[in-house]
Order: sequence, then C-alpha cells, then structure tokens
Amino acid sequence: MAAFIIRRLLWMLVVLFAITVLVFLIFFATPGVDPARQMAGRNPSAATIRSIKHEFGLDRSLPVRYGLMMKHMFISRDLISYGSHTRVIPEVVSATPVTLSLVFGAAVIWIVFSILTGVAAAVLRGTIFDPFLMILALIGISVPVFWLGEVVNLVTQSRLHDSFLFSWVPPLGYTPLTQDPFMWFKQLFFPWLTLSVLYIGFYARVLRANLIETDSEDYIRTARAKGLSERRVLFRHTLRTSMITFVSLFGLDFAVLVGGGALLTEVVFGLPGVGLLTYNSLTSLDLPVIMTTVVYAAFFITLASALVDLVYAWLDPRVRLA
Amino acid sequence: MAEPLLEVKDLKVSFRTEDGLVRAVDGISFTVDEGEVVGIVGESGSGKSVTMMSVMRLITDPNVIYEGEIVYKGRNLMGLSQDAMREVRGEEIAMIFQDPMTSLNPVYTIGWQIEEQLNEHNDLKKGQARRRAIDLLAQVGIPRPEQRINDYPHQFSGGMRQRVMIALGLSCNPDLLIADEPTTALDVTIQAQILELIKNLKRDFGSAVVLITHDLGVVADIADRILVMYAGRIVEEGNKEQIFYDPQHPYTWGLLGSIARLDRPKPRRLTTITGQPPSLINRPRGCSFRPRCPQAFDRCSVEDPALTAKVGDGHLDACHLSVEDKRARRDATISPELAESA
Repeated sequence: MAAFIIRRLLWMLVVLFAITVLVFLIFFATPGVDPARQMAGRNPSAATIRSIKHEFGLDRSLPVRYGLMMKHMFISRDLISYGSHTRVIPEVVSATPVTLSLVFGAAVIWIVFSILTGVAAAVLRGTIFDPFLMILALIGISVPVFWLGEVVNLVTQSRLHDSFLFSWVPPLGYTPLTQDPFMWFKQLFFPWLTLSVLYIGFYARVLRANLIETDSEDYIRTARAKGLSERRVLFRHTLRTSMITFVSLFGLDFAVLVGGGALLTEVVFGLPGVGLLTYNSLTSLDLPVIMTTVVYAAFFITLASALVDLVYAWLDPRVRLA
Repeated sequence: MAEPLLEVKDLKVSFRTEDGLVRAVDGISFTVDEGEVVGIVGESGSGKSVTMMSVMRLITDPNVIYEGEIVYKGRNLMGLSQDAMREVRGEEIAMIFQDPMTSLNPVYTIGWQIEEQLNEHNDLKKGQARRRAIDLLAQVGIPRPEQRINDYPHQFSGGMRQRVMIALGLSCNPDLLIADEPTTALDVTIQAQILELIKNLKRDFGSAVVLITHDLGVVADIADRILVMYAGRIVEEGNKEQIFYDPQHPYTWGLLGSIARLDRPKPRRLTTITGQPPSLINRPRGCSFRPRCPQAFDRCSVEDPALTAKVGDGHLDACHLSVEDKRARRDATISPELAESA
C-alpha cells in the first residue's frame, strides 16, 4: 500500500512537470502573445514595457522564466495574474469548493439514477420499457448542457418562478456550505440535475450493455445452477462484475469535471468555479491563471485515477497486487 | 423395478430463429436410476447439453420452446414454478460445466462461492458453512483447503478449478449430478484425475451422475449405461458392454472407430465420420444419419427408424439394418485392420 502511494505520488510529479512545460511552451509559441504589453495598459512607452519585462523576468531565457513561474506558484505562492494583477492562488482556492460542490452533488445523482435506469432496462429487456428507457437516455446524452441549463433557468427563474413549484428557487449564484447549508443546497439543486443528465444517460446505456453481456457469462449460468434467486444473481453476480467498467469510466469523468470540465454548467448558473476561472484566463491569455488551473486539474485527474485503481483492485481481485 | 430418479419423456426443445424453428432436441426419452452413471455421447450440436440444461431449466433464451415431460422423483419439473425450481437446482440436481476457467465468478473467493450455495439451501451458521466448505475442498483433493478457501479462482489451475466446481456441485449432497463435458477443457492427465474423482465421489455421495461428453473414451470407464445422441435424438442406448462390444448403430461405429484403442490392433489411421451433421431446421427425410452413413440403403431415405430393442434387454437402436448385417459390417468401420485380417 505504501509503495503504491509513493509510486503514485512520483507519477503525479512527472505528470505535473510534463504538463506545465507543455502549457508553458504552447503559451509562448502562440502568435501575438506579449504579457508585458498586456500588463502595461494603453499606449505604453517602450521604457515602461522594458521595465515590466525586467520586473516579471520576461527578458530572461525560457527555462529561467519557467523556473521563476514554478517558484512563484509552489514556493512563494505569490503568482500574480497578468490581467487583474491579483494573486492567482487565492482565486483558485476560492473557486475550488464551488466546483467540488457542484460535481460531487451531480456525481451522487448520476450514480444513483444511472444504476437504477441501467439495471431496470437490462431486467426489462424484451418489454417496451427497455427501448423507452434507452431512448430517454439517448435524449439525455444528446441535449446540450448549456441549452438545458438555460431552459431550466427560464422555467425556474422566470416563467414559472412565481408558481408554487419553483417559488423556493433562489437567485443564481453560490453560497458556501459552511455559511448556509440550506441555501447551498437550494442554489445547487438545478445545476446538479442539469449536469448529471448527460452522465445518467451515458452511464445507464453502458451499464445496461455490460449487464447483458455479463449475463451470458459461464459463471452467471453457474450462479443460476446453484439455485440462487434471480435477484441475488443480478445484484451479487451480474451487477458486481459489471461495475468494473462503470467505475473506471466514472473516475475519469469525475476528475475531468472537478478539473474544470463543468465550465458550461458553471457559466449558465453563474457559479464562480474553476471552469469559469479557466475560461476567463484563456480568453485573456492570462498565463499564470492558465498554468495554475492546469496544475490544479492535473492534480485532481492523477488523484482520481489513483483512487480508481484502488477501487478497481477492490472490485476485481485479478488486478490486485501480490 | 423401483421408480427411476429421473425420467425424461418425449422431450422436445426448439428455438425460434429468423431462419425457422431449430429442433435442438427432437423427442428423446430416457431414465436415470438412483446412483447410476449415465453417459450421453454425441458430437457438437447433437443436443446433449441442451437436454441436460432443460432438466435444470437453465436455458434463459426467451425463444426456447419445451415439449414433453421431465419427471424427477415423481414431480414434473416442467410444471414447477421458478421458485420451486430453484429449490431443485443446486440442492437436488447439481451441474458442473465444461470450462472451469470461466465457470467460477472471478471476483469472489472460492470459499465465498461454496458458502453462498450452502447458505442458499441450508440454514447454517457462518462457521458451519465455512467448515463444510473446507471439508468439501479436502474431499475433492485440494491441498491445504484451510488456506486455499480464501483464494480467488484465478489463483487456481484449470484442473484445480474443476475440482472446486465439483465441490460446489456436491455441496448440498444432490441426488443427481450433471457433468457437462467436465474434462474437455483439461489436458489428458488431469482428465483422468477428474474422472477418477467423479467416480470416487459418486461412490461416497451416492449421487447419480449424468456425464455428457463427445468422447466415448471418457465414459468407457465410469458409465453404467450410455446414450448415443445424433441430431437431437437418441440413436443407440445400452449398457457399457453392449455399446462397446456389440454396437448396433453405424453412428456409434463411427464414434468407436475414431478413438484410438489399446485392445485392438493398431490401425494405420483412425476412421472418421465424413460430412456434417444435418440442419436442425430442415431435417432430411428418413434417417437423420443417412447422408453420412456408408451403410445407407433405399429404406433409410423413406422411413425414419424408430428406437427399438432388437438384440437384447435394454439395448435400443434406431437403424433399419438387420442385426446380421450390422454384425457383419461394423468392423470395417470400427477397426478396418481387424476386418481385413479376418
């Protein structure tokens, strides 16, 4: 176990190094990028630009500049945004709980409902409910999240807001869990649903296919030959082995969302999360913010993949280390 | 004579497909007595597995159609509810399968899988089920069962896994054990060990055994009675001596001719049965074996031979040839060298 953690940490360092170098090089290879000019304001004199370049180390060679940026990010933790001239790390730190709240809640909903739907469809195969559920899932996958979010907002915030159904829905925004848990829940309720719709559809379809495939395995026939009830065969044998694929998919999707992939949902519902931060920094070519959010995302993705490996080993003894 | 343990009466199993009705089992009847070992022999697709899967009602294909009766201890299994059938499965009739590599659930320890079956059919305390599982593993010859019980299927070799499957099958002391090609996926030395094990356990547990195989050599040692199946029907039935020393059906001759035997002169080459089994959708007119039968004559293409006793008690065959013709001709197929020298 200790060896596993150490190996994973070392691996994380390698990933972080490679990804920061890559982002750094791509940024400076992008045509028209000049951080000094961005920071200098309108009509700057050549002397101002020169002094800014010197102050931020932008007149040094690329490797030195990279080193300086990493020093400011990890050691002195005082990396300054090119755009807003504020410190970047507190910004990311304050955006993180917003994204985590959104993604965790959505993940719970999507796990529960995709398992229910997938199992129901597999069990009801041969009846009208199976194609009905699968078409519903396909619609869920196909609906764009930004459109769905806007429609939800239109209904809950405007058209039907005054009806008894949605009068409880608070204005868009985010309230920290520690400040007002009830408000936190109310404001995140529709974002959770909106974000999870795509994943419920996708996971339900994957799970159904897996269940049906597993059902024809020899060991399921053995389970039936043992005289087990269909329910026990389904939950203890078929579902258990089908969860292996489910879990590996979940780990990746979850990490991508925590890493800023829930951007569209965050924008539509006005949630100041990491996705929104990344999006703004990309449009203004703000390297320090880009770099910090990339490091943040890479951290979560490697962390999630390590967790997935642990769960995977728990689910499937064949991949357990001796 | 006492009532047989299992009596299959005119069983027909068909599957609806896009090309038509596939008659996998086409009207077969046989009995299995208590403590008896019955071998069912035939090539792939002859309906042997489907027959025994039907006895367990394990076919999950929604397109299956059953006809006929399967009477077990006086009860028709075909008429039982799913719940009543579950009581029979595993507890009264157990089944072990061809491929031990895939027949055990890879994510549970073998102990868990044996205990699961014990707990399903008995009211046991946790420690009891575990002790019984360890006993069973010891009985099927797994060394250090106290430790191996916590291992997963992938930590066992093929032969050991088949032993685990046998332990699983015997865990509730079934009266009938169905072994569906239990040795096919194993190498020859392990095959012999597994057959020896089944033979010994049959004696210890007193279960009747139905052994399904495509290899007459496998049943030669342990079967009391042998059914030869072809294209969904029984073409010959008899005890071991009758089948091996006085075979009546040309298909049985072909099967016998295709195995290497130490009690006969060494043949230059083993004979084969030419051609393919017939389509189970459009059965040929007359005898199903006629297109592949070197002995076929006019009557074979017109009239379907019935399974009747012609040579002795309990020895049935479905062939139009006269007994004299059969005895005169069969050595040419079974053992050509012997026929030439005679």
